[in-house]
Amino acid sequence: MAEVKLFGVWDSPFSKRVELALKLKGVKYEYIEEDLKNKSPLLLNYNPVHKKVPVLLHNGKPISESLIILEYIDDTWQQGPPILPKDPYLRSKARFWAKFVDDKCIPAMWKACWQKGEEGEKAMEEANDALEFLENEIKGKRFFGGDDSIGLVDIAADVIACRNGIIAELMGVQFLRKDKFPNLCKWADEYCNCSFVKENQPPNQKLIHHYKALIQASTSSKSTK
Amino acid sequence: MADGVVLLDSLCSMFGMRARIALAEKGIEYEYKEENLEDKSALLLEMNPVHKKIPVLIHNGKPVCESLIIVQYIDEVWKDNNSPSLLPSDPYQKAQARFWADFVDKKVYDAGKRLWTTKGDEIETAKKDFIKALKLMEAELGEKPYFGGENFGFVDVALITFSSWFYTYETCGNFSVEEHCPKLMEWVKRCMEKESVSKSLADPKKLYDSILFFKKKHGFE
Repeated sequence: MAEVKLFGVWDSPFSKRVELALKLKGVKYEYIEEDLKNKSPLLLNYNPVHKKVPVLLHNGKPISESLIILEYIDDTWQQGPPILPKDPYLRSKARFWAKFVDDKCIPAMWKACWQKGEEGEKAMEEANDALEFLENEIKGKRFFGGDDSIGLVDIAADVIACRNGIIAELMGVQFLRKDKFPNLCKWADEYCNCSFVKENQPPNQKLIHHYKALIQASTSSKSTK
Repeated sequence: MADGVVLLDSLCSMFGMRARIALAEKGIEYEYKEENLEDKSALLLEMNPVHKKIPVLIHNGKPVCESLIIVQYIDEVWKDNNSPSLLPSDPYQKAQARFWADFVDKKVYDAGKRLWTTKGDEIETAKKDFIKALKLMEAELGEKPYFGGENFGFVDVALITFSSWFYTYETCGNFSVEEHCPKLMEWVKRCMEKESVSKSLADPKKLYDSILFFKKKHGFE
C-alpha cells in the first residue's frame, strides 16, 4: 500500500496545487482520479464533510482543503525547498495572499468566464480589482515566495498563470494583460517556465478539448431554456 | 510604539474576539482600538488596504490581517508564553485543527449571517444549515473537554466567539442552540470559565441590541 495517495481530478486547479507541492518536495505518491459525477466511496469516507477533491491520504489518514494540504506537506517533508517561509510575519503574508487568491481572484475569474451580460461584466471588474492587488504584491519580486523560491502563493495562483492562454484563446477572456498587469505577466512567464511546473500541467490538447466541451454544454443548455 | 502591539477591532466582531482571546492566552499587553465600521480610520485603511476590515494586528508597525492568520501569527511569535500552543505540534493534528477552523468560517459564519440578515423562508434554510454545521462541530468535539483535547486550542478560539452571537441567532431564527446541541453548550460554559474568553467576548444581549439598532438603521427589518 502506497504511503501517500492523492485523490484528485485532472483539470482541478486545487488538485494541481497538491501535485505540484508533492513534486516540489520529491514525495512519491499514488494518484487516484475521481469522477465528480460518481464520487468513490473512498472519497466520501475520507472527506465526509465537503465530499470534495483534493484529499491527501498519508499513512491512512486523510487531509482535505488544498491550502491546508500544502501546509501539511511543508510541515511533514523537510526535504526540498520550503513552501512557506520560516519567519512568522512572512508566513502570515503568504497565508494572506493564498487566501486572497482563493476568496477573491478565482471566484471572480470563474464568473467572468462563465457568466455573460451584466453579471459577467461585474465579475470581470472584480477580477481586475483582485489582480491589481496581486500586481502590486509581485512588484520587484521574481516569485511571490521570493527571488529564489516558488512558495505557497505561487502554487495557489498556478491556475492564474498556466491557464491564462487557453482561457484567452477559447473563451475570449484575457485576464493577464501586459498593459494592465506587466509585473503579473512577467511572474506568469517565469513561473510557467519552471521545469517542475511545465512538466506537471495537464496535457494541452486534453485541456483544450475539455474546455471546448464545457463551452458547448454551457451554450446549448442556455439555448434550451 | 515600535515594539508595541495594536489591535484594530470592533466590539461585536466574532473575528476580532478571536484575536483578543489569543492575545489574552499569551498574556500579551496591547493597545485596543475600536473601529467605527461605518467611518473607518485612516490607520485601518492603511494597514488593511485590500479588505479594509478588522481585525488587524499591528506588531512592530507591521500589519497582520484575517483573524485565523492573526491567531496563528500570535501562536508562532509568542510560542513559549504563558500557555500551551494553540496549534498542535503534530502536522496531522495541526491540519485537522486548520480544517475545522476553516469549516467554522465557511459554514457556521455563513449560515449565522443569513439568520440575522434574511427573512421568511431564507431564515428557515439558514436555521437548518446553522444547526447542521453546529452538530458537525459537536460530533467533532466528542467527549473531549476542548476541541484541542485537554487544552484549549485553535478550533476552540475559532468557534467560541460565535457563542456571543447565539442569542442573536436564536432570537432571529426562533430556536435554541442548547436544544439541538447540548454538549456544545456545555463546552461553551467550560470555555467561559477561562478569563481569556470571558473578558474577550461581547455580552450577548448588548450585541443583540446593537444588531437590532443596525438593522433598523439600514432598513433590514
